[in-house]
Amino acid sequence: MREKILGIIEKNSRVDVKELAVILGVEEIDVVNEMAAMEAEGVICGYHTLIDWEKTSIEKVSALIEVRVTPQRGQGFDSIAERIYKYPEVNSVYLISGGFDLLVTLEGKSLKEISQFVSDKLSTQESILSTATHFILKKYKDHGTILTKKYDDERMKITP
Amino acid sequence: MRNPLADKVVEIKPSGIRKFFDIVSEMKDAISLGVGEPDFDTPWHIRDEGIYSLEKGRTFYTSNAGLKELKVEISRYLHRRVQVDYDADHEVLVTVGGSEAIDIGLRAMLNPGDEVLIPQPSYVSYEPCAVLAGGVPVIIDLKAENEFRLTAKELEEAITDKTKVLILPFPNNPTGAIMERKDLEEIAKVIIEKDIFVMSDEIYSELSYNGDHVSIASLPGMKERTILINGFSKAYAMTGWRLGYACGPREIIEQMVKIHQFAIMCAPTTSQYAAVEALKNGDEDVAQMREAYNQRRRYLLHAFQEMGLPCFEPYGAFYVFPCIKEFGMTSDEFATRFLEEKKVAVVPGTAFGESGEGFVRISYAYSLENLKIAIGRLAEFVQELKDKKKEN
Repeated sequence: MREKILGIIEKNSRVDVKELAVILGVEEIDVVNEMAAMEAEGVICGYHTLIDWEKTSIEKVSALIEVRVTPQRGQGFDSIAERIYKYPEVNSVYLISGGFDLLVTLEGKSLKEISQFVSDKLSTQESILSTATHFILKKYKDHGTILTKKYDDERMKITP
Repeated sequence: MRNPLADKVVEIKPSGIRKFFDIVSEMKDAISLGVGEPDFDTPWHIRDEGIYSLEKGRTFYTSNAGLKELKVEISRYLHRRVQVDYDADHEVLVTVGGSEAIDIGLRAMLNPGDEVLIPQPSYVSYEPCAVLAGGVPVIIDLKAENEFRLTAKELEEAITDKTKVLILPFPNNPTGAIMERKDLEEIAKVIIEKDIFVMSDEIYSELSYNGDHVSIASLPGMKERTILINGFSKAYAMTGWRLGYACGPREIIEQMVKIHQFAIMCAPTTSQYAAVEALKNGDEDVAQMREAYNQRRRYLLHAFQEMGLPCFEPYGAFYVFPCIKEFGMTSDEFATRFLEEKKVAVVPGTAFGESGEGFVRISYAYSLENLKIAIGRLAEFVQELKDKKKEN
């Protein structure tokens, strides 16, 4: 049941427990308990909304930053990751395999704001060796949702 | 001028769905629950394989019975999913949709005057195909109290000396009914005893919600007297690719290949390459779509219960078949008024045979969001009818 609940609310966090119970064919109380358990365990970390800011009048700039760091003795990458993720303008921090170590995504009001963050806050950290900043120009798809196009139902309206 | 037409064709009634199709097409703001094909796009990896085959210039005919690779995959798939083993070289024929397999299967088996048993409500093409093949359709009216399953008794009563083939359309369009193993075992006894053949149309086999689909061909003594028909349209959301297949005894398949080779040549090559990918790597897609349909199915049954519309629980396909008898209207009147008053299209049960009278087919090949809007309007309509009934 856990996997099925997660499968549904990952795509639509607004579905209510009553409806979840109906479409999964289980008792409402079991859904409530399972979701509470998953929240307590930190499996469910939040219920967010996917917004295409491009379609609003609000200016936002986002960027991906590749960061190379020197791991610290006894701490590995964790302490430097923590120093980075504590900034509220940082959206996500991933430790990754490949040519660099941390991938940081960042949201700001302007190019200047992001550049300033990188040059003032990131590059100046002692254990950070280098950074490479990629500004996002267009989001085609985000969190499994295609943002750029709407597909109409092209099926014939009645078929046997 | 002489009459240019063949009487046999002229006498065939056009599909009862046509009328609704015409009305709905004119109504711009109508929403439909009348579609008989999946709302999902063909999974991208399957489409991509079709595109790749075109890029590679694979634009020629394949051998008449289909690409060897595809026939092998079909044979593996049936072994895996319904535990029936077919020889890919002699017992598998790739067709233009399940529809072609129905047509040429009947043409390969029927002599003039042979009777074909057709349980109804069921898909619209069996009866005309039987007639065009020179057979005589004999309708078995399935009953709501049996959840529209075919019983051994109904079958036995319909069999005569002339009966040659039984069409077995489960999971069923339009009712959503299935036949479980025990149901099949009972009718198999009759089929073997009376020495008739079965054309088992299992196009909705992957959309079974109460355990895995059971094919009648997997029962002892049945493989040698069954043409199993399936395809890619419903399971992989590939309706427009027009690809299906028939599997059965070599002597029947050989004759079907003969008709297919002269009438069709071969199924579309692009679709065949895409289908190989579907069978090799598509199991997970099918499971996901099945789960989505199942959620919608539960939603609808719950909604019917809340609005007090009687409906047996269907375990297959993507249709529910609620009963509207209490409103004192024919299926056709109900569907017409619902469309006119609430602008939602459903298909009258009678489009699938007389025994569909008193029922309407509602498809759940729509997203839950769309279903909710349409079902909200159905609830209003049902409530208004109930209120009116009380007044009288």
